[in-house]
Amino acid sequence: MIEIENLDVRYGRTHVVRNVSLSVGAGESFALVGESGSGKSTILKALAGQAPSWTGRLALAGEPIEHRRTPSLARRVQMVFQDPYGSLHPRRTVDDTLAEPLSIHGIGERDRRVLAMLDAVGLAARFRFRLPHQLSGGQRQRVAIARALMLEPPILLLDEPTSALDVSVQAEILNLLKTLRAERRLTYLLVTHDLPVAAFLCDRLAVLRAGEIVETAPIADLRAHQLRSAYGRELVSLSLGGSSRGHASP
Amino acid sequence: MRGQRTASVRTWLLHESPATRAQARLGQAYRVTRALARNPLAMVGLVIVVGLVVVAAAAPWLAPYSPIAGDLANRLAPPSGAHWLGTDELGRDILSRIIHGARITLLIVVLVAAISAPLGLLVGTVSGYFGGAVDRVLMGLTDVFLSMPRLILALAFVAALGPGIENAVIAIAITAWPVYARIARAETLTFRRADFIAAIRMQGASHTRIVFRHVLPLCLSSTIVRATLDMAGIILTAAGLGFLGLGAQPPLPEWGAMISRGRAFILDQWWVATMPGFAIVIVSLGFCLLGDGLRDVLDPRRGTKT
Repeated sequence: MIEIENLDVRYGRTHVVRNVSLSVGAGESFALVGESGSGKSTILKALAGQAPSWTGRLALAGEPIEHRRTPSLARRVQMVFQDPYGSLHPRRTVDDTLAEPLSIHGIGERDRRVLAMLDAVGLAARFRFRLPHQLSGGQRQRVAIARALMLEPPILLLDEPTSALDVSVQAEILNLLKTLRAERRLTYLLVTHDLPVAAFLCDRLAVLRAGEIVETAPIADLRAHQLRSAYGRELVSLSLGGSSRGHASP
Repeated sequence: MRGQRTASVRTWLLHESPATRAQARLGQAYRVTRALARNPLAMVGLVIVVGLVVVAAAAPWLAPYSPIAGDLANRLAPPSGAHWLGTDELGRDILSRIIHGARITLLIVVLVAAISAPLGLLVGTVSGYFGGAVDRVLMGLTDVFLSMPRLILALAFVAALGPGIENAVIAIAITAWPVYARIARAETLTFRRADFIAAIRMQGASHTRIVFRHVLPLCLSSTIVRATLDMAGIILTAAGLGFLGLGAQPPLPEWGAMISRGRAFILDQWWVATMPGFAIVIVSLGFCLLGDGLRDVLDPRRGTKT
């Protein structure tokens, strides 16, 4: 479903992603883990058509990605952003936000689709005409997930979807993502530095360091603390030590 | 019964979870109005501005005398029961001239705002959104206009196009838009890299759609505030042009031109120049107060939360 071959991304002189290749099957959930600056978000941006210049070959749902964004790309892949406070337009109601992709692509039955999607992400219909500042962080992230699903893309890119949320809300959003994936047979590509999140949501993972893939492993290896690479084991032990890195695990 | 009905209308408007788009929009408008009504100075401004509009609309019925026909036997009469604000050097009633002059003032203000604010908003958002070469060209152009003194540039235009209200409007509008462009660009730059713009781009929206439906509305409130505050300046510039004889031409009762005519008698017949001066001060003040009030209200994260 997601094919990446020899991807290289440079920002000016800095080489952010070096010769990354990976393949994610249909319905699979794949995690890219690594510390900040390891290039994991940049890979996501290249797939989303937001990285300025890259070389290599990318394909989503069987079709290669051009450097220019095409309308059909929007129906193949959507993204959920890290910060639910920055990813919703502050002056548009939930309804506006959800109806916009339908209007762009000329899809009808907007009322029915918006209400159905609100229900699918666990938001009551009374939230439909609220503005983002009238919603909590978790509710906002539900709206962002609903927006990503409005065009019914088979692939979702998740950029640290829970790291800006309270611990209690993190679990709710992770459960929602898990349910949605099962119900809609979605393919996930998750970027996170939070290993327990990857362990909860994903089937396989790739460990990135300084723009290169150090190792690719099934999630069972992570759970059993049996990653092969030294760096992967270091990440696991850091994550178990937890407190020094300042983020909680769900 | 009546009280019950108004109360239920208010709960409907302020409902936490509106049932329809229309209810949501009306509720939002009601919250803004209510927040504005709590600010006494803004209400004073609003009353003055509404008063100006009413006076301009009803000028022929409100004015006790003709603004143009004079009575030479009664020239330079001081304020009295017959002529509340006195008469000018041709025996014309000053109150009637000020009332009719409100139409000219309002016309100039509305036309200038309608030309310069949308133009500046468009230039600024396009410039800020696209960045790069587009930004450099558009902002270079803006800087050229911004660097020229407003009244001097207006004078040059009027000198080239000939005196008259229309040309004064064009001249003021040409000098007024760069400010809006600068503000809109600065504001666009703060969120052009925001995730919500990236998200709408991923959904396949065209650049035109993003600029008009997503970027521009966010710059709108600051532009409205700025335009309201600027209206005082526009009135003063128009009056300045009128004073210099380059705006409205006689016998049109333009306030600046009236002051200019009254200057000759300012020591002995003070009311001829002072009364239109008061009109300018009051109306400018009204726009300033209203603009300040709007600035406090039109912030979606603060004013409309209640």
